[in-house]
Amino acid sequence: MGLKKNLHDFKVKNKDKKWLPAFSAIHTFLFLPDETTHNGTHIKVADDLKRTMNTVIMAMVPCLIFGMFNAGYQHHLAFDGIQAVSGGFFSAEFWTLDNFLVGFWKILPLVIVSYGVGLGIEFIFAIIKGHEVEEGYLVTGMLVPLIVPIDIPLWMLAVAVVFGVVIGKEVFGGTGMNILNPALTIRAFLFFAYPTWMSGDKVWVQGAVGRDQAIAAGQNLDAVSGETILGTLAQGKEVMHSVADMFYGFIPGSIGETSTLLIVLGGLFLIFAKIGSWRIMLSSAIGAIVMGLIFNQVVDAGIVTESSKFYGLMSTPFWHHLLIGGFAFGTVFMATDPVTASQTNKGKWYYGFLVGFISILIRVFNPAYPEGVMLAILLMNVFAPTIDHYVVQGNVKKRRKRLKVKTA
Amino acid sequence: MGLLSKKDTKLITDPLADNNPITIQVLGICSALAITAELKASIVMSISVMFVLGLGNVVISLMRNIIPSKIRIIVQLTVVAALVIIVDQVLKAFAYELSKTLSVFVGLIITNCIIMGRFEAFALANGPWKSFLDGIGNSLGYGVILIIVGFFRELLGSGTLLGFPVLGDPIAKTGLYAFGYENNGFMLLSPMALIVVGIIIWVQRTRNKALVEDH
Repeated sequence: MGLKKNLHDFKVKNKDKKWLPAFSAIHTFLFLPDETTHNGTHIKVADDLKRTMNTVIMAMVPCLIFGMFNAGYQHHLAFDGIQAVSGGFFSAEFWTLDNFLVGFWKILPLVIVSYGVGLGIEFIFAIIKGHEVEEGYLVTGMLVPLIVPIDIPLWMLAVAVVFGVVIGKEVFGGTGMNILNPALTIRAFLFFAYPTWMSGDKVWVQGAVGRDQAIAAGQNLDAVSGETILGTLAQGKEVMHSVADMFYGFIPGSIGETSTLLIVLGGLFLIFAKIGSWRIMLSSAIGAIVMGLIFNQVVDAGIVTESSKFYGLMSTPFWHHLLIGGFAFGTVFMATDPVTASQTNKGKWYYGFLVGFISILIRVFNPAYPEGVMLAILLMNVFAPTIDHYVVQGNVKKRRKRLKVKTA
Repeated sequence: MGLLSKKDTKLITDPLADNNPITIQVLGICSALAITAELKASIVMSISVMFVLGLGNVVISLMRNIIPSKIRIIVQLTVVAALVIIVDQVLKAFAYELSKTLSVFVGLIITNCIIMGRFEAFALANGPWKSFLDGIGNSLGYGVILIIVGFFRELLGSGTLLGFPVLGDPIAKTGLYAFGYENNGFMLLSPMALIVVGIIIWVQRTRNKALVEDH
């Protein structure tokens, strides 16, 4: 009688209890359950929903750890005037324990609140519905802390998670039935509900908002700011960061989205694990490049001049758009969400292309919403079923035609 | 018994809950989304609709036997339009600021589906007293939802109720704001009105399973 057997017996004994879904969720998370399907054809495959979700989380862990270091680095850079990183990705100035701890103590509570509140709601809904707990929140819970600014108040995050999970997912029927990506629903909620905490030049550096309040309270301190590159460009100012910084991620931004290098590595991992769709990632990058090139051409042709308020972002070299802002993170980890993306292979190309295309369009033309990729993915989530419908209908039509030719 | 017979009472109480024009018949949604960012606007809008629908129902009911059925929609529109113009002018004369907030939506009461719906469904087939009660009942049902939505949107969005700061002063950081609470700007945008109406529909149908449509 091992522990495993005991747990199974416990489950059988209590199978009518209301709280059982909560127990089995933890049980199946830790052990392979004893239940097997008894009839019908079944294929045994190792990657069930939990394993799939865990793979995505693994792909995100480097971004999370980098985010912790970067939070501390940005903080010290703005407050203490330390030396900027100069020696490439593995610079010793960046990977210090001090940097890590500053970020760790700010980001750990975000992760705990995100998982605590989100899984709490999943458990409550599972018990009400009498279903097994759905694992859908595992990835969302990790995505959420990565796409918010470091200083976001915890209660705001909790409110947004409640909104995103209940309105974005549970009302549609839970995991696998949602139309919108829950993590982006949560971010969009925060963005529209508390814009002062989600944009501007203060929220990206840990402590900058607090410093502002101290100054307002009459203390004699220097104001601290750290604008994202998109924010700087939207105002037509000069960008202070080198392209290498943008690629490695030594820039201010939401916690996990700054390092394009680690995101690309995570994306490759997802592609090789056959979890993320390379079609969506590739076509979305193509879409962004096409839109970026169009803007560059418009500037080169002299149609838009420096006096225009769009000049800063339009004249940005097209490939910079792939490195700055949340584009890379959104494309790799959120546009590829198998539930809300297009399901057909052909549809994925259209879907991805439009995500990239619209991201850059919103980014350039609406400085009030610098993070175009969030809105672009949400918009395309809504259109994904329509795209699939036309792809499938097109296929049916083509085959019908072929049938006619054959029989005629 | 008293003033109203049992059947007449039902005309008023039914639309308040189980036959609510917004949450059950899903009519008049546009104005519910547009003007509910403030509680005051919701209340004035409800009263305006009550005036138009109550009187309109009586007028149509009185004329129901002489309106040729081919042109009845035009006749109904004329009646609503006349009543709406009265409301609009009264608001402009006595509550100018508010009429600016409500702006075009007072005029758009003309196109509020609840009004035409009640004319068609009830006033054309019933006597004036019953039609009056039906009009009042339906506009109360409309008003209840508007006021609930307006209450939550103003409270959570601006921290005020009818313009009074009930949660403290967000700039001086008193009351709830001293603890770091902030107003939810999303509540002031129309999508949130839709979501609040959706939550009301959800709660209502969870309490009374008979209302759930099976598709």
